[in-house]
Amino acid sequence: MSDLKITRRSAFEGLHPIQVEGSVTVAPTPYATRFSFRGDAKAASACSKGFGVLLPNDLLKAESDQGRTAISLGPDEWLLIAPDGEVESLEAAIAKALGDQHQSLVDISHRNTAFTVSGLKAETLLASGCLLDLHISAFPVGMATRTIYSKADIILWRTAPDTFHVELWRSFVPFVWGLLEEAAHEV
Amino acid sequence: MLLIPCPHCGERPELEFRYAGEAHIARPADPSSTSDQEWAEYLYFRSNPKGLHIERWRHVSGCARFFNCVRDTVSDKILKTYPAGQPKPDLAVVLKEAGQ
Repeated sequence: MSDLKITRRSAFEGLHPIQVEGSVTVAPTPYATRFSFRGDAKAASACSKGFGVLLPNDLLKAESDQGRTAISLGPDEWLLIAPDGEVESLEAAIAKALGDQHQSLVDISHRNTAFTVSGLKAETLLASGCLLDLHISAFPVGMATRTIYSKADIILWRTAPDTFHVELWRSFVPFVWGLLEEAAHEV
Repeated sequence: MLLIPCPHCGERPELEFRYAGEAHIARPADPSSTSDQEWAEYLYFRSNPKGLHIERWRHVSGCARFFNCVRDTVSDKILKTYPAGQPKPDLAVVLKEAGQ
């Protein structure tokens, strides 16, 4: 029998840090548990009980509590984020809360990864590839949406006036990181 | 850049969207009893108008939902968007609402 040893490698391994003193910092976030949840409003409210955070009904909103976050991406789609290593326990808790309701809960912990962009020039740096109006009046704290950075799909969530959380597929990391690195020279 | 009003997310840049052909084309309820001509028309024949066209779009890099859109194929102006599943709008009313 072959002796397989599986080790988890960060998508950010070997990448240069992006930091412009006093202006902007891009930093990978720790591993996390992530789920894609699909269901109607009734299923979402049941899922909230199992997950421990209210799944927002309003579109493009993020709700956070005690390290867990629920982001409404579309009329029947939510992204759930929790600390690393909670896949089994959360799956069980959510399944119990939902009973036999029609829904879909998919573990995407290893497909997605994330980094934060923070600092006075966070908006400017993201605007290098993001087409949305990122001014605080148009994209307030607590707003989150799927959008694009250059050609890559990202989920952008503003966690503070000068901090953004960016979720993306791990295979897009070298592409997005490279563009951010270039853009950081000019902010 | 063209801004497209997604019925769920509001105005968004066009690069977040994908076009998905003419809207309100119902699949024949009983495909095995349709004639070749009827089936070909369902599959391939489209109205291709010069002027108002009702079409499907998908906000793929946003809420990812399909929705329907009334667009003028001459000016590329989008007059109305509405969620998938809603009935086909009266084009005269759409024109009036858009002030044309």
